[in-house]
Amino acid sequence: MEPVIARSPEVADEIKTTTCYMCACRCGIRVHLKDGKVRYIDGNKKHPVNKGVLCGKGSAGIMQHYSPARLQKPLLRTGPRGSGQFKEISWNEALDIATEWLGNVRKSNPRRLAFFTGRDQSQSLTGWWAIQYGTSNYAAHGGFCSVNMAAAGLYTFGGAFWEFGDPDWDLTKYFMLFGVAEDHASNPIKIGLGKLKKRGAKIVSINPIRTGYNAIADEWVGIKPGTDGLFVAALIYELLRTENVDLDYLVRYTNVPWLVIDNPGGPDDGLFARDEAGKPLVWDKTAGRVLNGYLPDITPSLSGEITLPDGKKARPVFELMAKRYLDKQYAPESVAEETGVPAEDIRRIAAELADVAFKQEISIDVEWTDWAGRKHDKMIGRPISMHAMRGISAHSNGFHTCRLIHILQILLGSIDCPGGFRYKAPYPKCIPPRLKPKGKTGEVTADEPLGGPHLGFPTSPEDLLVDQNGKAKRIDKAFSWSAPLAIHGMMHMVITNAAKGDPYPIDVLFMYMANMSWNSAMNTGDTLKYLTEKDEWTGAYKIPRIIYSDAYYSEMVPYADLVLPDTTYLERWDCISMLDRPISEPDAPADAIRHPVVKPDRDVRPFQDVLIDLGARLELPGFTNEDGSPTYPGGYPDYMVNHERLPGIGPLAGWRGEDRNTFGIGKKNPDQLERYIENGSFAIHHLEPNQRYYKHANRDYLDWAVSKGFLSNDAPLVFQLYSEPMQKFKLAAQGHGDIQPPDYHRARIERYFDPLPFWYEPFEGDMVSKEEFPIHALTQRPMHMYHSWGSQNAWLRQITNANKLFINRAKAESMDIKDDDWIWLISHIGRVKAQVKLQEGVNPDTVWTWNAIGKRKGAWNLDEDAPEATQGFLLNHLISELLPERSDGYHYSNSDPITGQAAWYDLKVRIEKADVSEGTGTQPVFEAFEVPLDHDVPHVSNFGAEFRPPNPEQSKPPQPSKEDNAKEEADK
Amino acid sequence: MTTLPTSTKKKLGLVIDLDICVGCQACATSCKEWNTGGYSAPLSDIQPYGADPDGAWLNRIHTYEAGTGPEGRTVHFPRSCLHCEEPACVTVCPTGASYKREEDGIVLVNPDTCIGCKLCSWACPYGAREYDPAHGVMKKCTLCVDRIYNENLEEEDRIPACVRACPTGARHFGDLGDPNSDVSKLVAAREGYDLLPEFGYKPVNKYLPPRPRRDAYSQDKSTVAAAPIEPSDNEAGTMAAKLFTWADRMLSR
Amino acid sequence: MHPSYSVIIFTTASGAGYGLLVWLALFRMFGVIPAERWLGFLGLGTALGLITLGLLASTAHLGHPERAWRAFSQWRSSWLSREGIAAMATYVPAGLLGLGWVIFETGGFFLGLVALLAIIGSGITVWCTGMIYASLPTIRQWYQPLVPPVYLAMAMATGGLLYNALAHMFGHGSALSAGAALLAVIAALVIKGLYWRVIDSAPKKYTAEAATGLGHLGKVRPLDPPHTQPNFIMREMGFKVARKHAVKLRGLAIIFAFLIPLFALVLALFAGAPAVSGVAGIVALLSGAVGVIVERWLFFAEAEHVAMLYYGAEAA
Ligand SMILES: Nc1nc2c(c(=O)[nH]1)N[C@H]1C(S)=C(S)[C@@H](COP(=O)(O)OP(=O)(O)OC[C@H]3O[C@@H](n4cnc5c(=O)[nH]c(N)nc54)[C@H](O)[C@@H]3O)O[C@H]1N2
Ligand SMILES: Nc1nc2c(c(=O)[nH]1)N[C@H]1C(S)=C(S)[C@@H](COP(=O)(O)OP(=O)(O)OC[C@H]3O[C@@H](n4cnc5c(=O)[nH]c(N)nc54)[C@H](O)[C@@H]3O)O[C@H]1N2
Ligand code: SF4
Ligand code: SF4
Ligand code: SF4
Ligand code: SF4
Ligand code: SF4
Ligand SMILES: [Mo]
Repeated sequence: MEPVIARSPEVADEIKTTTCYMCACRCGIRVHLKDGKVRYIDGNKKHPVNKGVLCGKGSAGIMQHYSPARLQKPLLRTGPRGSGQFKEISWNEALDIATEWLGNVRKSNPRRLAFFTGRDQSQSLTGWWAIQYGTSNYAAHGGFCSVNMAAAGLYTFGGAFWEFGDPDWDLTKYFMLFGVAEDHASNPIKIGLGKLKKRGAKIVSINPIRTGYNAIADEWVGIKPGTDGLFVAALIYELLRTENVDLDYLVRYTNVPWLVIDNPGGPDDGLFARDEAGKPLVWDKTAGRVLNGYLPDITPSLSGEITLPDGKKARPVFELMAKRYLDKQYAPESVAEETGVPAEDIRRIAAELADVAFKQEISIDVEWTDWAGRKHDKMIGRPISMHAMRGISAHSNGFHTCRLIHILQILLGSIDCPGGFRYKAPYPKCIPPRLKPKGKTGEVTADEPLGGPHLGFPTSPEDLLVDQNGKAKRIDKAFSWSAPLAIHGMMHMVITNAAKGDPYPIDVLFMYMANMSWNSAMNTGDTLKYLTEKDEWTGAYKIPRIIYSDAYYSEMVPYADLVLPDTTYLERWDCISMLDRPISEPDAPADAIRHPVVKPDRDVRPFQDVLIDLGARLELPGFTNEDGSPTYPGGYPDYMVNHERLPGIGPLAGWRGEDRNTFGIGKKNPDQLERYIENGSFAIHHLEPNQRYYKHANRDYLDWAVSKGFLSNDAPLVFQLYSEPMQKFKLAAQGHGDIQPPDYHRARIERYFDPLPFWYEPFEGDMVSKEEFPIHALTQRPMHMYHSWGSQNAWLRQITNANKLFINRAKAESMDIKDDDWIWLISHIGRVKAQVKLQEGVNPDTVWTWNAIGKRKGAWNLDEDAPEATQGFLLNHLISELLPERSDGYHYSNSDPITGQAAWYDLKVRIEKADVSEGTGTQPVFEAFEVPLDHDVPHVSNFGAEFRPPNPEQSKPPQPSKEDNAKEEADK
Repeated sequence: MTTLPTSTKKKLGLVIDLDICVGCQACATSCKEWNTGGYSAPLSDIQPYGADPDGAWLNRIHTYEAGTGPEGRTVHFPRSCLHCEEPACVTVCPTGASYKREEDGIVLVNPDTCIGCKLCSWACPYGAREYDPAHGVMKKCTLCVDRIYNENLEEEDRIPACVRACPTGARHFGDLGDPNSDVSKLVAAREGYDLLPEFGYKPVNKYLPPRPRRDAYSQDKSTVAAAPIEPSDNEAGTMAAKLFTWADRMLSR
Repeated sequence: MHPSYSVIIFTTASGAGYGLLVWLALFRMFGVIPAERWLGFLGLGTALGLITLGLLASTAHLGHPERAWRAFSQWRSSWLSREGIAAMATYVPAGLLGLGWVIFETGGFFLGLVALLAIIGSGITVWCTGMIYASLPTIRQWYQPLVPPVYLAMAMATGGLLYNALAHMFGHGSALSAGAALLAVIAALVIKGLYWRVIDSAPKKYTAEAATGLGHLGKVRPLDPPHTQPNFIMREMGFKVARKHAVKLRGLAIIFAFLIPLFALVLALFAGAPAVSGVAGIVALLSGAVGVIVERWLFFAEAEHVAMLYYGAEAA
């Protein structure tokens, strides 16, 4: 007789729908609660981001929520920084201390507060708070993450790969994936790849490493790191050579016909020829004269020298491009060796692109109207799409490389067409968006808010935040001559600069959700030194006060003076806002919330509540009413509903207006959060079919976007293949204009601010000796770990708790290195000991490891002998935040020269076999922290035993598990 | 009942598409999550925060490389119980705790009668059985028997947790005994295969092989206008001139 | 395979116990030894004690020893179940034999019959033990027709050594007791030697390529394991003894389990002086005990499980 089993056990007493935060992808989840405990989490099928699926992290949320590394109470440092010695204090005390520290700075010089946030999703609140506070030193993590992608896209076509667009997964036939291991769009990419596979679309992966997504590609191009720009330029060369570009598209939507003044040495050289109204000019063949390039139905000339009405000479952008990209340096033969990609493969891929774009064109029968009112009966698609992330961005040539990719897409006519790359609202935006960064001399005043946003889009040297000597005004030197377009700030420089007092010292470093003393530090060893360095005279720390909010006992917590413990993602309100980076889909703008589905069992508070509370205590405008009372006594949910940035525009777009049912702009609605919760914690608006493509030039979309405040006017967005703002910086370097770079910056600005993208060797590789450091070293994100958070997760850490260094098999064998050997990996700043794993599918000049697996002893409440600390290692010990010294003694940051993007993947190393006498285990190992937590850390976890459905045959409850038995087994 | 049913009414099982699996571990963690509170709860973890963490998992994802050099492939390979038709893991069991259901072919362990002798794990060539030392019984993939018929779940959710979670759609669930089922058709179309068929256990689960690479000249080469040329300085000028003439011609159509 | 001590103790102790039981029953049946109370008590006591010790040890490796009774239910398919039943069943004639021998100090037809039944039961039990292993196609070194004979021979040899030593204690040591043990040891040596030859030459039938079905793509190697630390399968099935240790250990097993006992038994046979043959018998026994433990440890340690193909083994 077969046993009778419970086929329909009760899964939950209650299912609550919220948004996942096991990573920044923001999938919809359903949290199944049983007896007040989280029994199970699955994906919300109705959710636009994940459509019901859930990734490896999301499914392990329970273990994050019940992690023994959760902070329990506010902490005040008692021992030296880095010791982990703290005393618990009350929230009142904590908030009093924070108010005093922050208040003093605000009253004297608000610049001396540096407020930086990490992987958070509340930047519209934190940024706004920082504006009200008045410091210029605010940014989130974007500068060390992927700002190259955002900047290159926003300055080229008003969108970007990052979180601002998606490939048209349903229609694309040819997909190129550059340098992606996991991406912010974690589940969407996986869902998308699944769709491509189902349809048999071709996937080409360009990546030095063949794992994950790249493993399932139809073609793997194992490129040498840092050379994608060359590879893409060679594709452009081929397409131009074989006359395979979409001329109609180019003329219609891009600045290729615009005339560029040819006046070498002149102050207007390289700028667009413009009419009196400032409109760019083209040479119209029909009219036989120059015309405003924005006019519809022009018949511009794409080549030839034109004499402008004022007698100056000019040439169309297209001609300049042809000259640049048809140069022999970009011929497939010329780039083959440097990129490691055979010329015939480059030619074949170019031919395939041309074939798919022009011979396999698709069209959908949807009538639409373009910006000029012209009706089209079809939407024509070039079904080629591309996606790129940190393999492109985390190099010091990433901005230009990413621009090259965009140029390739645009030449093929594949931006926002069916089958191509698609914008997600609020994108496309003006190219670049019109915001300018605030924080110039005079814009920061004691006790006053900053007059505008911290981050913006400079278009000329006038927009930089520098003093009259060219010195940076921001602590991270963003928007200075060392990184003029640092549109996301440069968080990776804050600790170094603050400790060195360069450009000036600060009083308080206030950070949120960033493990800056460990895996997000470049040069971890020196970062720890800067965090603990003291002034010789006063004995005070060089960074006098550090306030930090984390939810867990990360490596950063012990370096804080005051720790504000946050909740877990299941315990708080969050707002994933249109004002920041919403969850929109190409067809449907959308935003989302998180709401508390379980109550905290510890004395912790949501950071947003704390920030709003601090705002009120500091009596910041916007957080305090006239009468001195707090504006949002109800904390973050109160703010989410009642805050308005502009009339009718609040953090959440859903269910606004008189009818309480309007998406976008409208009166606030006191029931808004309930509506969100009812709807699965998101709001979505579906665009009409005729609004769905060509958004940059689609009358119906543009009008709608203006009505929603996403765009300020309904002008078409013209893709800037040739970037005039870049030329303006170049002209300044050439000695034109009032604001010019100091001499030691001149040559660099002149070289890198090229209005047409080009390839150059990444800096570190160029500066260190190729003989001494012949190998590229990279990291990849494991799909099941989110940076450092995953290691406290009982389930995820079983999957990976130590990392190895992967080396090309043939290469390793030539060095007599075998699996599991211990080796030293040496860069120009340090050495790390690691264990080796041989791999076939990796570029021979590349080694790599999984990111952020290595942990500091004591952190995350793991046992001190946890493999994360004894075998796991970080490459961050080898990655310098500064480039090697220049001949004049100046150190640039190890960043892209345009955007300041941290160049993690420029790392060059050599390998030496470790001597057997050096034993096993990783190096360097830092001393262990004390752990100021009193969670029970179980030796055996039987999570779920209590949920076991009763056996229908036996009414007795399941056997309690036997811990002793387990111990015995485990000890064997 | 460790003698095998002579036949089962259905052959429920999984089909795993190795061409699509990206190795994301979603199926492994969602399996752990569901099952640690399910039919054979808990799936204990020993030293969850210590030096040698080790727990019972019913589904594990391997990554292999097949073939050498750049020509090879990286293949992610999820592995769980295959619900074999004639598995010795069932027949060796001395207690009857291990059994194959007649109704649907699912191979289960009864956690209330298993003595934890581990013999079944020795008999499984696929390493699909996991002993839970804290609980003293054998654990294995249940094919989410407490989901697939569960009337407390919405109908569309009555599929295994791993299939429900898989973001790429690399996992399929269905009746492999019915030649007209979607899974059977998929297996036929993609030449799905058995692991170690020589063993004779007749796995129900099938694997779909990675598709051949497409990195050679595929279709038509006509779009490559000219044969490769040796790049030279003059060529650039000539090519540009040619391009401009072409552009002019195209635009004045 | 991981050599678990409880299983080693179980198989060696119960094997020796059944061997001893067989020798006692056999010699009693044929009246070779007298129905002497203390000999019976100690002899059968030792045999049943070892058997019981072994069976208890075997439950020590169970997750739920309190449920061990359930193991008698699946005799239709499970060799483990059959072994359990055979073991239990064998207690009956063995117990009756003991009753007659120890309480009544008699022989006779009835006791001859129960002795025969005890012999058969013991043989079946040990055979079943061997079949537990020999029926597993997953392990090349076990999936061999020679495995049950090896178990049986080792049981007879260790039982014979025990019997010989016991007989000497009671002054019944004889050419027969030493000779029987000698024969059993020689038989065991031959069968075990054959077994080793067979497993050394048994082809590895399965490969990582076959296990994954990816052979058409080329050589298959693991790149990343599912989990960083070893799991149950790897600990249980992945135990591996280094080749050179295995050779060394086989040498030790041969010396202790076979050569020393052989030498000692031959000495005992030809010594003449009962004291010398007694001591030789004890030496043979002790050496055999060490030897059989090494042999049994190796039986597990040398066994390779097919499942390890998923964890980096190239062939199995
Ligand atoms: N699971 C998980 N998901 C995450 C994160 C996480 O930690 N875990 N982090 C999130 C964050 S903050 C970010 S920024 C994103 C980043 O997502 P990804 O951009 O996918 O990040 P990386 O893991 O850095 O992967 C970079 C890839 O680029 C390749 N690469 C490196 N150099 C080059 C090069 O020169 N050329 C080319 N073509 N390829 C190159 C590497 O091999 C690697 O595959 O992921 C987000 N999603
Ligand atoms: N070598 C190398 N280094 C890298 C990268 C790389 O590819 N290679 N990638 C870089 C990139 S792109 C990024 S974005 C950074 C990411 O690096 P970090 O921004 O430092 O990311 P995490 O490690 O996730 O750390 C975030 C912190 O947030 C805390 N946290 C988690 N949840 C919560 C919460 O709910 N509330 C609060 N208050 N805190 C919480 C965590 O405990 C952790 O301390 O790493 C960078 N570092
Ligand atoms: S991708 Fe995974 S971890 Fe990230 S939000 Fe979605 S489910 Fe959560
Ligand atoms: S895979 Fe293993 S455990 Fe599952 S039925 Fe087959 S033999 Fe048994
Ligand atoms: S471990 Fe449990 S299920 Fe497996 S054979 Fe033993 S009793 Fe049967
Ligand atoms: S079917 Fe259920 S038990 Fe089996 S692997 Fe999938 S989730 Fe795990
Ligand atoms: S969830 Fe799907 S893609 Fe991810 S590892 Fe499992 S089968 Fe592969
Ligand atoms: Mo990032």
